[in-house]
Amino acid sequence: MSNSEGKAVAAANDIVIAARGLTKRYGAVSVVDAVNFDIVKGEVFGLLGPNGAGKTTTILMMLGLTDISAGQVSVLGHDPARAPLQVKRRVGYLPDSVGFYDHLTAVENLSYTAKLMGLPFAERSRRIAAAMARVRLSDVADKRVATFSRGMRQRLGLAEIIVKQAEIAILDEPTTGLDPQATHEFLDLIGELEAEGVTVLLSSHMLDQVQRVCNRVALFQAGRIVLMGPVGDLARQVLGAGFVVEVEADGAGLARRLATIPGVTNVETLAEDRFRMTADRDVRPDAARAVVAANGSLRRLSVDEPSLEAIYTRYFQGQADQPGGTRHAA
Amino acid sequence: MRREGSPFQGLGTVAIKELSDNLSSARMLVLELLIVLTALAALYGAIDSLRQNTAEDPFLLLRLFTVDRAPLPSFVAILGFLIPLMAIGLGFDSINSEHNRRTLSRILAQPIYRDALLMGKFVAGLATLAINLAALWLMVIGLGLIFLGVPPGGEEIARSLAFLVIAIFYAGVWLALAMLLSIVFRSPATAALVALGAWLFLTVLWPMLAPALAQVIAPPDPRYAALGLQTPETAIWAQTLSRLSPNHLFGEAMLAVLSPTTRSLGPVFLDQLRGAVMGAPLPLGESLIIAWPQTVALIAGTIVLFVAGYIVFQRQEVRA
Repeated sequence: MSNSEGKAVAAANDIVIAARGLTKRYGAVSVVDAVNFDIVKGEVFGLLGPNGAGKTTTILMMLGLTDISAGQVSVLGHDPARAPLQVKRRVGYLPDSVGFYDHLTAVENLSYTAKLMGLPFAERSRRIAAAMARVRLSDVADKRVATFSRGMRQRLGLAEIIVKQAEIAILDEPTTGLDPQATHEFLDLIGELEAEGVTVLLSSHMLDQVQRVCNRVALFQAGRIVLMGPVGDLARQVLGAGFVVEVEADGAGLARRLATIPGVTNVETLAEDRFRMTADRDVRPDAARAVVAANGSLRRLSVDEPSLEAIYTRYFQGQADQPGGTRHAA
Repeated sequence: MRREGSPFQGLGTVAIKELSDNLSSARMLVLELLIVLTALAALYGAIDSLRQNTAEDPFLLLRLFTVDRAPLPSFVAILGFLIPLMAIGLGFDSINSEHNRRTLSRILAQPIYRDALLMGKFVAGLATLAINLAALWLMVIGLGLIFLGVPPGGEEIARSLAFLVIAIFYAGVWLALAMLLSIVFRSPATAALVALGAWLFLTVLWPMLAPALAQVIAPPDPRYAALGLQTPETAIWAQTLSRLSPNHLFGEAMLAVLSPTTRSLGPVFLDQLRGAVMGAPLPLGESLIIAWPQTVALIAGTIVLFVAGYIVFQRQEVRA
């Protein structure tokens, strides 16, 4: 993920998806409201946000599967509203809880879509066999999809994108409802795609997963992008500091002492003996000294990496605290 | 704003896949058995009664289609009743099941337009019905050969082929209706119920309602009634209203094509029949001209219903 900043500022001609003022209205309600973003070739871009925030609608507009009310989006240089076939030939899409024809086998399902892609017979069977091996479904290739678990179906959906040799893979909530093991495997497969130079667009509300695989994220709220950028940048922007230290200790007036440590911007008292400090550096040694100075007993001292979850929670907390607060245009 | 690319791309692929699904489905097997068994019973009755009075009928083969022996209706009447059932069985879940299985957005993310999916499904459904009807047609001719022992003449074959074509379009009306309902209603059960309701209404209730409505619109004249005649206006209204049902149109077209002596499908005045040799068969061309308006109405009905479904489908949201 360290190369993310590098990619983000890469040359403008590497931009594969560009949205300008993209808007979708149903009646008077704007589901997606004047959204702007650029996605650079080869990056893993996360679309984050609660359900109903407009992520899936944005994706469908990029594929030309739903009309655009205003604004425009360009995918690989094509306008999906006018040339959807050009776009869909080069973009793979794994829908939210993907479905297959249950009465057909895994290979039959893939060969149907491969035919729709227009692949000739020999090419089709070669690519399908390779893709099934990639997603580790070779041994169930000739089983009916009805017997597949959810994780297997998601992997089969990814195999379809691999068969297509898509330049952009759009994955909508791919890990929702998967068990941790299946999630882990799926995220590894996304990593492999990224290593091959495929641009991945990942929509999710599972923050830790997005953080694991995404170079940049866009945070959706009520149809707008309220935050966008690499996770580290967002942390500085929203949390104001990079480090969150949790202290579990007792001692008289500990909260006050902790707050006086230089660099600490905030101390929250979570429980009588638990405190969370936000600081711009690693303040663990100072915290330990403070506890000892207060004659308290230190039971736990931990530091959190800036997590997307913290950013998310803090951002929405901030919104609630100051209604009508400024919208960050990242 | 114009779209780029052909709306027919992928049409063949979709049609072949749907055709193979249709032909291998258990549902199709049940419907086929139902139709074949009922048709066999009707044919058996027809063959039996034809053997007993083998008059010098030049159109013996065609009589197989139209002769009935109580309590069974004729072969054509049974088809008029059962073809809709088969078409509804094929079409009622064609689009909504794609939604419910969540395959729709995955398929539409491939480089095809929605047009190809809808049209492919319709073409496959119609092809399935055509295959079944052609098989039935061959069965009738084969049984005719075996049990009656009279080789069919060229005109008989031509007339029975016209029957086949009209029957396929009749099936098309119902298939298009069932597919329209499968687009409008998200639940296949609702779509099936509405389609079956329309089927029962149009084949069973409407033939009873149409004359009653005609009497309300154009009350019968007591002077005609005193002579034991139908009031012409009432009769014309009754016929016009009946023709709103595709079942009635199919019946009329079949009458014209399969009974060569049919000279008119509506009421005629006596002076219009001046010079006619009653009971003499019409040439094939004339019979086809009589059946032509009914056939056109069936084709038009198919197209209108399909277009309605097409428009609704194009405007529908893809997401489940």
